[in-house]
Amino acid sequence: MITVRDLHKTFGDNKVLCAVNYHIHPGEKIVVVGPSGSGKSTFLRCLNLLERPTSGEILFDGQVITDPKADINKVRAQMGMVFQHFNLFNNLTIMQNITLAPTKLKLMGEEEAKENALKLLTRVGLVEKADAYPSSLSGGQKQRIAIVRSLAMNPKVMLFDEPTSALDPEMVGEVLEVMKELAESGMTMVVVTHEMGFAREVGTKVVFMDGGNIVEENTPVEFFANPQSPRLQEFLSKVL
Amino acid sequence: MEWLNSVWMKIEAAFITKDRWMLYLKGLGITMEVAIFAALIGIVIGTVAAFMKLSVTRKGKPSILAKIANIYIDVIRGTPSVLQLLIMWFVVMKNCHNGILVASLTFGINSGAYVAEIVRAGILAVDKGQTEAGRSLGLNQFQTMVYIVIPQAFKNVLPPLCNEFIVLIKETAIVGYVGMSDLTRVANQMTSTIYEAFTPLIGAAVIYFIIIKLLTILLGLLERRLRKSDNR
Repeated sequence: MITVRDLHKTFGDNKVLCAVNYHIHPGEKIVVVGPSGSGKSTFLRCLNLLERPTSGEILFDGQVITDPKADINKVRAQMGMVFQHFNLFNNLTIMQNITLAPTKLKLMGEEEAKENALKLLTRVGLVEKADAYPSSLSGGQKQRIAIVRSLAMNPKVMLFDEPTSALDPEMVGEVLEVMKELAESGMTMVVVTHEMGFAREVGTKVVFMDGGNIVEENTPVEFFANPQSPRLQEFLSKVL
Repeated sequence: MEWLNSVWMKIEAAFITKDRWMLYLKGLGITMEVAIFAALIGIVIGTVAAFMKLSVTRKGKPSILAKIANIYIDVIRGTPSVLQLLIMWFVVMKNCHNGILVASLTFGINSGAYVAEIVRAGILAVDKGQTEAGRSLGLNQFQTMVYIVIPQAFKNVLPPLCNEFIVLIKETAIVGYVGMSDLTRVANQMTSTIYEAFTPLIGAAVIYFIIIKLLTILLGLLERRLRKSDNR
């Protein structure tokens, strides 16, 4: 579904990604872990071109999206993204947050979008917040809404950029729960996270990044039980 | 009592005799007319200049439009507004006989430079994550600006914008330089009519003060209303 070929990204003199190659199949749940500064967030943000790769190619459904001629807005409409800091639109109600993109991009009519939003809100248990503004919500609620907002676009893949890192500990669970449910529904997911429990439980593959490269990749069981590279062994010994 | 009587006589001479208060009122009219037109022109020019200044090339460098906007802002901020008025009046628009128009344009162009910086700062103050979220949903740059960034920037921009308007009201006092009878000039001329400076000058100052105080109160109310919608 997504193919990454020889991806490089530099910020000034700082090489953040160095020759990353990867392939994501439909239905996979890829969990990306690694120390801070390893380039995992940048890797994720390159997938929907929030960061423009310095060089290399990214293919989505067979289309080269790194091509300057590709319609990046159309591509992004099919890729949901959830941010560490939620980034709900502060000037809009929850309902408007969810229906804005589907209606403005003419994917749905006003009524249809609202109905769809209510259905999704029911799924995450926040239907009574439809007319509230983001500032009145807790972090966990905001993040669940952010997930719903992405889902309202019926994306083919969901990207999660440390979705629980900015949450109070007691709110992490409710967000992970929604993500777990989403995974069970068959969504293709790429998740950058520090939640090793989530990686073990939900991931179909776990990817370890360090120094701008994918160092190791394996099924969750093997990944945690038999880490091969010394760098990963050291990392796991610190976080587990 | 005698003291009070003499004060009253001065006030009478400065404001009441021969319906002189009408002159102040007309002066205030000119002051406000110029200030309001200038503010409108300034907001239009300033907003355009702000977006020009924010525009970038595909490689992320400032565009040619940004450079033009920068030159405009630099020139306006780098020269005294009195001089700008004199140049407009005696050089650029010397064949135009509509004083209000020339003055409004001058102050509008002048104010635009400051408004541009206000609007630009207001837009930049909106968290980058808001733009990223909009773009990640497939909205284009324009849609993201219109539906998400600008409504939020508006709240940031309103207080400094009103401040700019207040500055503008007082700055128009320099139209006296080119012979327009605004509030300040009316008061100034009155001093030589009645051979007494204190009363007309203080009188004019009080009028400016009241107008601006009223504006400040209005602005406070507006701001409080805008902030309320934050926590509904």
